[in-house]
Amino acid sequence: MNLHEYQSKQLFAEYGIPIPNGAVAKSPDEARQAAEKLGGSVWVVKAQVHAGGRGKAGGVKVVKSLDDVAKAAEAMLGQRLVTHQTDARGLPINSVMVEQGLNIVKELYLGALVDRASKRIVFMGSAAGGMDIEEVAATTPEKILNITINPAAGFQAYQGRQMAFALGLEGKQVGQLVKIMQALYDLFVDKDLSLIEINPLIVTAEGELLALDAKLNIDDNAIGIGRQPEILAMRDISQEDEAEVKATEHNLNYITLDGNIGCMVNGAGLAMATMDVIKLHGGDPANFLDVGGGATKERVTEAFKLILSSPKVEGILVNIFGGIVRCDMIAEGIIAAVKEVGVKVPVVVRLEGTNVEKGKELLAQSGLNLIPADNLTDAAKKVVAAVNK
Amino acid sequence: MSILVDKNTKVICQGFTGKQGTFHSEQALAYGTKLVGGVTPGRGGEKHLDLPVFNTVRDAVEATGATASMIYVPAAFAADAILEAAEGGIKVIACITEGIPVLDMLKVKAALKDFPDVYLIGPNCPGIITPGECKIGIMPGHIHMPGSIGIVSRSGTLTYEAVKQTTDIGLGQSTCVGIGGDPIHGMSFIDVLEQFNADPQTKGIVMVGEIGGTAEEEAAEYIKANVRKPVVGYIAGVTAPPGKRMGHAGAIISGGKGTAKDKYAALEAAGVAIVRSPAEIGARINEFFSG
Repeated sequence: MNLHEYQSKQLFAEYGIPIPNGAVAKSPDEARQAAEKLGGSVWVVKAQVHAGGRGKAGGVKVVKSLDDVAKAAEAMLGQRLVTHQTDARGLPINSVMVEQGLNIVKELYLGALVDRASKRIVFMGSAAGGMDIEEVAATTPEKILNITINPAAGFQAYQGRQMAFALGLEGKQVGQLVKIMQALYDLFVDKDLSLIEINPLIVTAEGELLALDAKLNIDDNAIGIGRQPEILAMRDISQEDEAEVKATEHNLNYITLDGNIGCMVNGAGLAMATMDVIKLHGGDPANFLDVGGGATKERVTEAFKLILSSPKVEGILVNIFGGIVRCDMIAEGIIAAVKEVGVKVPVVVRLEGTNVEKGKELLAQSGLNLIPADNLTDAAKKVVAAVNK
Repeated sequence: MSILVDKNTKVICQGFTGKQGTFHSEQALAYGTKLVGGVTPGRGGEKHLDLPVFNTVRDAVEATGATASMIYVPAAFAADAILEAAEGGIKVIACITEGIPVLDMLKVKAALKDFPDVYLIGPNCPGIITPGECKIGIMPGHIHMPGSIGIVSRSGTLTYEAVKQTTDIGLGQSTCVGIGGDPIHGMSFIDVLEQFNADPQTKGIVMVGEIGGTAEEEAAEYIKANVRKPVVGYIAGVTAPPGKRMGHAGAIISGGKGTAKDKYAALEAAGVAIVRSPAEIGARINEFFSG
């Protein structure tokens, strides 16, 4: 799960991580009032969306009058922001952050994530702040310092000092960074985060360190078991794909793609493989969908509804490796679901497992537009042929 | 021979009396697995499926001599169950549970360093099976056949694809290990490959990877340096968009890392026989053994 910048900064504030003075606003008037309250003569208005790359996309404006604060907010609110991280539709801007303008002398990068290779939380820091860290990692990896935290010992001050000196900090800034990293580590562990990014972490003309931006990702598994109710309460589903939100309500794994062949598969690996095989045979998958092990009538029905919520879908490939569940039962579920949902597009079904022959027979006799397939290759070829008719 | 488990392996089930634990314990028993009891805290002394229930793993191990455990407890309690198994003397722990918070697994991995002779399989995996001898997990037993191919995979249903095809062509399997779809898990590809490499029954290996992380690339290095048995490799997720979690918590391309393209390239460079469709796994491995 992702949070907005302003929500991440609320958490930063709770943990004593310094942030610029600012406020969130949902209307131009609120934005103006927020700026007035902040005082000063320069403000930054930032669109609140779940995507990076806002600056280049026009989602961050530096303004020098209260009127311009309101104007900038008006221009953003109610619009959709398209950045290099969003799709072509972009994400709705329902709120903006208004922050005080600052004299920045240095921009740094500081992040933390769960590193799969070391199986530890790792901090990453770079003096090349403000830039895309992935680009820094690709072109000049020597400019990134990684610090691995032992989960038993937790974060240690020396690790913070190491980072501070590597980032070229001096004097009281060293102690400040140690405190910031300790707080970030506590936040990471307390809230089940999978990623923190502060890009940039700035040094002001007054010599203070401040988190100018804040990006947090939270581990969905921790949310799933109900361990982070406060974080869950911050969820903003307007920033998520509608079909994907619906899918989670029904415990289905669904991801929208661009093609015209809907997929319904049991198992995440097989679901990915099914997309790949469709592509291999010249088709284009419309989605990733894992119906899970059960593949009951109820789940299959919901899955068909989801797939058909995309107007692009011209054919569907159902690929179920029955395993312990019998194929004739799955076939009955598919037939009932196709009837209930009123599926009009051709549906190619590949079943494997116990009673597969009986399952195929049921499909063939259903009188519906169901095309049985013998194996995955056959299924992919048939569905590609069906949509190209 | 086989790896990790065989017909003599005594197995317990943690989460024994729950719905999942009960169903899959019945399946394991029907398959012939030497299931000797289970653990459900607070129900020690009872019988379930005609087998003794224990309060703790330590009690179960002391009473039965079990060396393997299959875990079906809910995600919130799974890390606890894994560590209880290790501490209790279990050597092969198969954790089927899906949805364990990643920070829990991080602690588990650190704590398991105290138990260097314990093998953790999973979590979020189908488990492990030595066909005809011992089934610990949720895989359908009947598609397996005792034989010569070792299968290691991050995905459940894709493992079944590889199993069915190797059964259909008559090669069968020595042992199949599902290492799980989570970003932080127990045995790695390399850990399992080492075992298959040393196992005389295993004549060929099928490795099924997917996007996310760099475990396949590391495995490729290992294969290049150590494995002389034929290896067939398949990677799922060529068409997966970056930044999206494809069902499995670990199946995500982030920061340009973990793409199927990179993994295929690494496997190919290591001399692995790669296939672009899971439907070709059986035919490809058969090329090494026919004629």
